Amino acid sequence: MTLFTIIFYFFVGLTALSSVSILFVRNVLYAALLLIICLLSLAGIYIMTGAEFLAITQILIYAGGVLVLIIFGIMLTGRVMGKPLEVDHKNIFIGTLVGLGFFFLLSYAINLTAFNFPASPSDADQHQHVGKIGVLIMSDYVAPFELAGILLLISLVGAAVIASFTKTKNNVAD
Amino acid sequence: MLPIEPLLYLSAFLFSVGLIVVFTKRNAIVILLGIELMLNGANLNLVAFNRAQPELFDGQIFALFVIVVAVCETAVGMAIVLRVYHFYGTSVPDQISELKEKP
Repeated sequence: MTLFTIIFYFFVGLTALSSVSILFVRNVLYAALLLIICLLSLAGIYIMTGAEFLAITQILIYAGGVLVLIIFGIMLTGRVMGKPLEVDHKNIFIGTLVGLGFFFLLSYAINLTAFNFPASPSDADQHQHVGKIGVLIMSDYVAPFELAGILLLISLVGAAVIASFTKTKNNVAD
Repeated sequence: MLPIEPLLYLSAFLFSVGLIVVFTKRNAIVILLGIELMLNGANLNLVAFNRAQPELFDGQIFALFVIVVAVCETAVGMAIVLRVYHFYGTSVPDQISELKEKP
């Protein structure tokens, strides 16, 4: 067992542990911080499986953008001042049953299948993944790329319009 | 060469945990966190199966677009949660049974 393998299983264990801890914490802010740990260790796994560009995107966009947005949302929706925002539970039995059943179904399917993937590419072309992905995005996948840009523009303008605190007719009537 | 089975088990685990979070939690923001977990499980699956054809990068580029759509979903979702909180004073979906004007 080399150091590479040990680090890989460390990241796998960290991801699993931090994600399952979200189920048990009651403070919403702690759940968001645990999700940050989960996403960062997922980025480590991406690097070790040869998806460096995706790992950097994961760190920049998820851990840097989405989670900051969610933490601002948590800060803005605390009901009582000085008291942390806590979450209640419902449907615990049914939800756990469905989740565990789904997990065991998927595990059974994975266990049943024999994967014989080709060997990992050599170290020589390992460090050219980012350049190849950039060329592919700008050539073969340019139409979805532009569509993704339009989708981002539309959704961010929509989010800004929805969240802006304008004077509606209700507020004037009050 | 790392084995691929741990990645597949981990992605199934992440998806199931996200499913349990969406089912059992009563806060809208935590439900959004659960949806993020499920999307990350799907992303990990795409990256793992990208190794079936390492010379193509279909899985990784698909995962990039999944991340873009997840960002859009989170931005609009948080905006709706903030607006609903501003209007009703709560972010628990069960307490909001209709989006009409207050009587």
